[in-house]
Amino acid sequence: MSLHGTRRRRQAGFRWAVVGVIGLFFALPIVAMVEFTTRAPGGGRTLDTWATLFNFSVIDADYPELQHGVLASAGLTLLTVTIMLVMLVPTMTWVRLRLPGVRRLVEFICLLPLTIPAIVLVVGLAPVYAWVAYFLGESSLWLALAYVILVLPYAYRALDAGLGAIDVKTLAESARSLGAGWPTVMWRIILPNVRTAVLSAAFLSVALVLGEFTIASLFSRDNLQVAINLLGKRDSSLAIAAALAFMILAFVVLLAMSFVGSSRRSSRSEES
Amino acid sequence: MSPTRTPVPDQMTGTGRGRGVAVTLSDLRRSYGPIRALDGLTLDIAPGEFVALLGPSGCGKTTALRVLAGLDDADSGRVEVGGKDITSVPTSARDMGMVFQAYSLFPHMTARQNVEFGLQLRRIPSARRRERVAEMLDLVELSDHADRYAHQMSGGQQQRVALARALAIEPQVLLLDEPLSALDAKVRVQLRDEIRRIQLEVGTTTLFVTHDQEEALAVADRVGVMRAGNLEQLASPHDLYARPATAFVADFVGLTNRLHAIAEGDHAILLGTSVPLLPGSTQHGPALLLIRPESIEVTADPTGRATVITASFLGSTGRLHAVTDSGETVVAQIDNDTVATFYPGDKVTLVPRPNPALAVAASE
Repeated sequence: MSLHGTRRRRQAGFRWAVVGVIGLFFALPIVAMVEFTTRAPGGGRTLDTWATLFNFSVIDADYPELQHGVLASAGLTLLTVTIMLVMLVPTMTWVRLRLPGVRRLVEFICLLPLTIPAIVLVVGLAPVYAWVAYFLGESSLWLALAYVILVLPYAYRALDAGLGAIDVKTLAESARSLGAGWPTVMWRIILPNVRTAVLSAAFLSVALVLGEFTIASLFSRDNLQVAINLLGKRDSSLAIAAALAFMILAFVVLLAMSFVGSSRRSSRSEES
Repeated sequence: MSPTRTPVPDQMTGTGRGRGVAVTLSDLRRSYGPIRALDGLTLDIAPGEFVALLGPSGCGKTTALRVLAGLDDADSGRVEVGGKDITSVPTSARDMGMVFQAYSLFPHMTARQNVEFGLQLRRIPSARRRERVAEMLDLVELSDHADRYAHQMSGGQQQRVALARALAIEPQVLLLDEPLSALDAKVRVQLRDEIRRIQLEVGTTTLFVTHDQEEALAVADRVGVMRAGNLEQLASPHDLYARPATAFVADFVGLTNRLHAIAEGDHAILLGTSVPLLPGSTQHGPALLLIRPESIEVTADPTGRATVITASFLGSTGRLHAVTDSGETVVAQIDNDTVATFYPGDKVTLVPRPNPALAVAASE
C-alpha cells in the first residue's frame, strides 16, 4: 500500500514537474513580451502602448500597414480553409470510393509540401504568381493558393483519420440507393460524419496561415506577420504588443473552434 | 455462349403478388482484371418473388446484386425492371431499396431520421412522411426505438431499421446483400423469418444474396446456386435439395455422400440396392452416387458389412458415420433417440432408401 502510495506520489510529482517546465517554456516569452510592452521611458511601467494598439483611429491613421495585414490575414485564412476543404474533402472521399488504388499516390502528393522548404516553394511558385498577378491582380489574397499547398499535409492527415473512422463506401452506397445524388451524399451524409476531422483540418490551417511569414515576405505581399515585421522597424514596442494581442486572438479563435466541435459532439451524445 | 433461361414458375407470373415487378438480368458479364465475376448470368425474377442467390465466396452473387442496384457496371448484358431497360440508369434513379452486409445506418441520424431520409429526397409532404416512418418502424417492430442512434441499437435492430429504411421508399425491388451475416446465430434466425414475413406482407420483388444455404432455403421462393459467375441451378428450395441438377449443387446444398455405385439406365445399384436416378445422371457403368444422409437407413446387424465410427446426438436428430467393408465412409441421419444404441465398432447394415439421387461419372 505504502509502496504504491510512494510510487503514485513520485509519478504525480514527475507529471507536475513536466507540466511546470513546459508551462515555463511557453510562459517566459509571453511574460517577456508583456514586460517589454509595458516599459515606460526612464523606468517604471505604462500601458500607453496597449492603449495605442486598441485606439483604432490612431492605428488607422498612423499604422495603416497593421490594418492591411490584419485584413489580409483574415481573408487569407477564410480563403485557404475554404479552398482546402472544397478541394480535399470530395477528392479524398472519391478516392476512397472509386479509386482506392491511387490513395497512396494522393497521400504522397499531399504530404510532399512537408519536405519542401518555403524558399524552394517560393522559387517554384514565382513564375506562376507572375501569371496570377497578371490575370488576377496584385491582391495579397492570392497567397491563399500557395497556403493551400502548405496546409495540405496537415489537412490531409486530419481528414484521412476522419474518413477512415467511418465506412464511407457503405454510407455513400446506402444513400445512393435511397435516391441521393452525389452532392446530397457529400453534404448530408459524409460531411456530418467527418465534422470533427473537418474542424481539425480547418483548425490546423488557421493556425498555419495566421503564423505564415516567409512566403508572404518573399512575394512582397501583406499579411499580419509581414505587417508586424514592418511595424517593428518603426515602433518595436507596438509591434510586440500587436504580436502578443494577435497570438491571444488566434488562441481564442482556435479554442472556440475546438469548442464548436466538442459541444456538437457532446450535445449529440446527450440527445442520445 | 448463349444465355440459358430458367422458366419462371407459373404461380409467380400473371397478376403477381403485391406491387412487385419483374426483374430480368440478361447475359451479364463483368470482369475484374483476369477474374470473371459474372460470366453470362441470366436470371428472371417474377413480380413479387423472393429469389435467393447462393454460392461460395467469389462466385459472383454480390456482383450480380450490385449490377442490379447500379452500384457496379456490367461489361455487357442487360438489366430490366418492370419491362424497362435500366442498364444505364444511375443508382439514385433506380428505385431500389437495399440492405447491406455492413451496418449502414447513417450514424448522425436517429432511426426515425434514417427511415425518413429517402422520403425527404422524394419530397413527400412531412405529414405523410411521418405517417410512413411510423408505419415502417411498426412493421419492423421498432417503434419504441425511433429516437435512438445506430450506436444505441444492437446489430439486429440496426438491420431491421435498415430494412424499414429500404422499404419506406416503396421500392420496385428490394435487394438484400448478406444482411444477416454479421449477426449472431439466434438473431439471424429471428430476423430471417422477419424478413420473409415482411416481404410477404409488402409483396416487393426481392433478391437476397447469401452464402448461408439454410438461410436461402428457409426464406426464398426460388434459390439460385451460383458458380464461377453463372447460375448452376435455379429451383425451389425443395427441388434444389431433393433434385440437384449437378454434382456442385448436390455438394454445396446440404450434406451429401459420394458413394461408388453401378449405373444401369434409370437406376443405380448401391450397396446391393437399386436407387432411382435423377435426370442428368450418368446412365451406364461405374459412377459416384450423390446421396443424402437421410436417404440411408441404418440397422444394427452383427453380420453387417459396415462398421460404426461415430454416432453423434445433434438435438433434433442424430448422425452416424460408418465405414463400409470396401473402405468408403458413409454419413447417415438417424433418429435422435436411437443414437445412444450405436457405439464405435458396432457392425451395421446400410440400406439406401428409394429416393432419387444424382449419379456422376466416377472421375468427377
